[in-house]
Amino acid sequence: MTGTTHSDALISRRVRRLETLLEDRGIVTGAAVDEAIDAFLTGASAAGGARVVARAWTDPAFRARLLADGISAVTELGLSAGGVQPQRLRVVENTADTHNVVVCTLCSCYPVRLLGPSPSWYKSEAYRSRVVREPRAVLAEFGLVLPEDVAVTVWDSTSETRYMVLPRRPEGTEDLDEPSLAALVTRNALIGTAAL
Amino acid sequence: MSLRASSMTDGRADRYAPGARVRTVHHDPPHHTRLPRYARGKRGTVIEPEGRAPLADVRAQGRTDCPVEQVYAVRFAARDLWGEGEHDVVLDLFESYLEDDQP
Repeated sequence: MTGTTHSDALISRRVRRLETLLEDRGIVTGAAVDEAIDAFLTGASAAGGARVVARAWTDPAFRARLLADGISAVTELGLSAGGVQPQRLRVVENTADTHNVVVCTLCSCYPVRLLGPSPSWYKSEAYRSRVVREPRAVLAEFGLVLPEDVAVTVWDSTSETRYMVLPRRPEGTEDLDEPSLAALVTRNALIGTAAL
Repeated sequence: MSLRASSMTDGRADRYAPGARVRTVHHDPPHHTRLPRYARGKRGTVIEPEGRAPLADVRAQGRTDCPVEQVYAVRFAARDLWGEGEHDVVLDLFESYLEDDQP
């Protein structure tokens, strides 16, 4: 996928300008902003989401709790899904019949605490505008060609809820332990632009 | 889907129940809104309420009278959004974006 990179985006320039103004007027300090960002991103990587998936694959009761109430379930693992504002987490499960993929068409809402900073393609206009309209074509460009009989659902994160995909467990992994299973889980699988 | 609404809501009465047929409003406001243009004036089906939140359209204006509304996950058929396609798209929509869709 091609698209505008985050650093080039108009919104980034606007945010930098706003931050400069706030610092100039003594409302915040640069150090305070850095501290808040560091605190937010500490421990935030797709490894968190992968741990959640591995637990869901190996513990049916956890999987049920995860699908019912994502925030409570990931908290059991010592993870946080929350952002600066209160949010909910909905985990959507891929099955033999259904494939899920996540987008934010209005901006770039993303479960940062569980997946880490989002990839630039996730924020690109190309991905955001096309995946809601022609998901199969977009997924094919990611190398994921779905059988015709698999239904596709696109989840557009337009409000407070954040989404994460629970991918299907690969065949032949019955003997793997949880850490080994987690190592199989990729960021794109958690967004829904890849299978495992 | 095996989702339960009960754990995500605060128990106040909701206007729409799961399965309700709704139509999104066809507004075109000058201010911020979380109803994307592609989903305005479209028919969909409520999956479930997702919990209450301050209405983004009002909050973005910095007003102090921001109402708190239920947000619903609403499923749309691609054919109803784009006139083609076999997939579904689900959006999280504030209650005031929705109207009853009477057949």
